[in-house]
Amino acid sequence: MEPAIWEKVKDHPCYSEEAHHYFARMHVAVAPACNIQCNYCNRKFDCANESRPGVVSEKLTPDQAVRKVIAVANVVPQLSVIGIAGPGDACFDWNKTKATFERIVNEIPDLKLCISTNGLALPDHVAELCDMNVDHVTITINMVDPEVGARIYPWIFYKHRRHTGVEAARILHERQMLGLEMLAARGILTKVNSVMIPGVNDEHLIEVNKWVKQRGAFLHNIMPLISNREHGTHYGLTGQRGPRAMELKALQDRLEGGAKLMRHCRQCRADAVGLLGDDRGQEFTLDQISDEVTYDASRREAYREVVARERGDRAAAKSEATELVKGADSGKSLLIAVASKGGGRVNAHFGHAREFQIYEASPEGISLVGHRTVEQYCLGGWGEDATLKGVIAALEGIDVVLCAKIGDSPKTQLRAAGIRAMDDYGYEHIETAISTVYAAESGAKPLAATA
Amino acid sequence: MAFKIIASQCTQCGACEFECPSGAIKFKGEAYVINAEKCTECKDTFDTQQCASVCPVEMTCVPA
Repeated sequence: MEPAIWEKVKDHPCYSEEAHHYFARMHVAVAPACNIQCNYCNRKFDCANESRPGVVSEKLTPDQAVRKVIAVANVVPQLSVIGIAGPGDACFDWNKTKATFERIVNEIPDLKLCISTNGLALPDHVAELCDMNVDHVTITINMVDPEVGARIYPWIFYKHRRHTGVEAARILHERQMLGLEMLAARGILTKVNSVMIPGVNDEHLIEVNKWVKQRGAFLHNIMPLISNREHGTHYGLTGQRGPRAMELKALQDRLEGGAKLMRHCRQCRADAVGLLGDDRGQEFTLDQISDEVTYDASRREAYREVVARERGDRAAAKSEATELVKGADSGKSLLIAVASKGGGRVNAHFGHAREFQIYEASPEGISLVGHRTVEQYCLGGWGEDATLKGVIAALEGIDVVLCAKIGDSPKTQLRAAGIRAMDDYGYEHIETAISTVYAAESGAKPLAATA
Repeated sequence: MAFKIIASQCTQCGACEFECPSGAIKFKGEAYVINAEKCTECKDTFDTQQCASVCPVEMTCVPA
């Protein structure tokens, strides 16, 4: 990676997989107005227990957002990025987006600013985004063929009127491509999010990947459709299903070699706070934030020093581990689920994990290929059998689970499902633990522990 | 002649407020409200009522 690009992404958890082990983002829900309707979105839906894009439990004014940012920055040292990701569109609800960013930069100048948009109003604001030093923009692009688009977008609002059908999708497509090209020309890093909708655009996303790569997208993030009758979305109500974890992975694997894929997305809420895999939004609702807050930089500064040290160690461990896996010469491929609380280490208990990071170890090396969300199996020391069944189902296709600790009973049940769970590598760097397991499988000599 | 907002269906996204060419829509108390004296139903300005065209919930911005 070029040094100038690394400088831009090294603290951004969404743009750098490496950074996501250390840094946190925060979304402020200041932009509720939207200029398009998507079949996977229900604008009336509002629930604190849901974790998916577009969902928030409270909308904020720009002033409230600034107070919340300061309150979070004071106690979440990992905070590095402020994003505006809905529940509407950051470029359409532009005045609020702009006012919020201007005030945040005044208070805490070193925070990175980031928006996500459907792209329709994006070309109108690229120059201002540039002026405000917003150097990360995500565009949701689900199609490059308006015929496909007509099955995803029932309408758009553009130039003072509502457009529907293929015409609407064509306008949206043209604006998205224009916006992407304008950003690339200005050196603003652009991530493209695509929602994978089986039977609608799943195969088509191969084409989307080519188009966005050609137009300078930095990352392409294929996200599974989340669809459920209770969400009240068009897709939910008509029974459109989302892809299974292994279907998503198969499509992502086919796209390797095209536009670089983001594989560590957690499809977070529009008011998420914290490390990607650990949403702390509920700790920072407005009623918990005082009217007068003053920024205290000390925690964030101290944490940066820790990260600088940890990162060096981890990079060394990772490159050793990768060499070991490549050199094992086994031809095997293993899918490994890791329970981690952050820091790039195997450091969560099996029963406490709300998600597993999925790594693939093969002759090509070790790579993060996705994550699986699960219900916490162990609450207050009690494991629930029904929950464990759900966890096992979520771990479809996984060979090995690595965690800091696991009880005998879940270990035995996982084993019966063909999944080997191990807690022998607790607190090690993730890649070191994986390489040790992989080497043992193929008879090569493992690395010494580095924890 | 004016439009009104059915508050129980409104998501309070505020898009109508900034799209209204007459400045007739304001957030009052707990809901967005159209000032019937200012509302022109967008006559002579646009083909369709802007509030109803941008509103994400069908039949929420309707003739009063």
